[in-house]
Amino acid sequence: MNMTQGQEKPRGMTIIVKNITRLIAGFIFLYGVYIVFHGHLTPGGGFAGGVVIAGSFILLILAFGSQEITEKVSYSFSSLFESLGGIFFLIIALLGAIAGFYFFWNLLPKGTPLRLISSGIILPANIAIGIKVGAGLFAIFLALAATKYIMEE
Amino acid sequence: MIELYLLIIAMLAAAIVAIEIKDLLAAAVAVGLVGFTVAIMFILVSAPDLAIVQIVVEVLTVVFFAAVILRTTHIDTTIGKGIDKEIVFPQVCFFIFGISFLIFALYALKDLPPFGSPIMKVANTYIKEGLEKTGAANLVAAVILDYRGYDTLGEATVLFTSVLGVLAILRKIGRK
Repeated sequence: MNMTQGQEKPRGMTIIVKNITRLIAGFIFLYGVYIVFHGHLTPGGGFAGGVVIAGSFILLILAFGSQEITEKVSYSFSSLFESLGGIFFLIIALLGAIAGFYFFWNLLPKGTPLRLISSGIILPANIAIGIKVGAGLFAIFLALAATKYIMEE
Repeated sequence: MIELYLLIIAMLAAAIVAIEIKDLLAAAVAVGLVGFTVAIMFILVSAPDLAIVQIVVEVLTVVFFAAVILRTTHIDTTIGKGIDKEIVFPQVCFFIFGISFLIFALYALKDLPPFGSPIMKVANTYIKEGLEKTGAANLVAAVILDYRGYDTLGEATVLFTSVLGVLAILRKIGRK
């Protein structure tokens, strides 16, 4: 019999890392959302903000460790969200064509410049790209970190 | 713009060398020459960002080619074997379609301004009219999501394909 049987090996990193991650992971996520939503006003946008959002999730997985079940669930969710983001972006592009103009026609009102709700389809397209990039990078990270859990049927 | 024509002639010569030379390592170097000539052309028409990307891609390509060639063989065995009968029909089709495409392109491209002049014409239009046409204060967002939405759609497709590629490669190992 194994001596360590019944004794769970502690997952993740030390308690210092865990506490600091607990404090700042939400702020990192919020910062990513801010960059996505202000893509048409300040530097950044869907790609940069999506990477920051994926970084917050990756930090959580790295600090707290992961179990088979959490990896499977978060993997299926992230690949679902990646596909949804791509479809959302395509629908935004197609709406311009359906409305009678051309692909990627800016069909929403432009609004006043420098407001959050302005510049037509650029804001929803940034949100779609942010979802897609964040979920896609997190899915790649999970696939590279947890191949043996996810890929074995 | 005489230097652009000199660079194009150098590219053509390097491409012909890359196809016809017998030593594969020399062919890889000739392919690299074509790519670096493209990088110089990007610098001449005021696109340094594209030039940097082109240099990185070209260095990686040549390094990969050289790594494969040094581990396998130097000699191109397909040269000097005569004409393969199976590829005659595709090649004839290629020449017919290529020549007809060139003829129509001559008609279609007659109204375009000459290559590389005036430099930054499109960029100046974006800077002048970007804010009022799109309403986006960030000009980069205006360009990538409004003027060039197709380009961004292609980038999103590239990301999707890379995710698919990573999963496909890892799945094979996972299944043993």
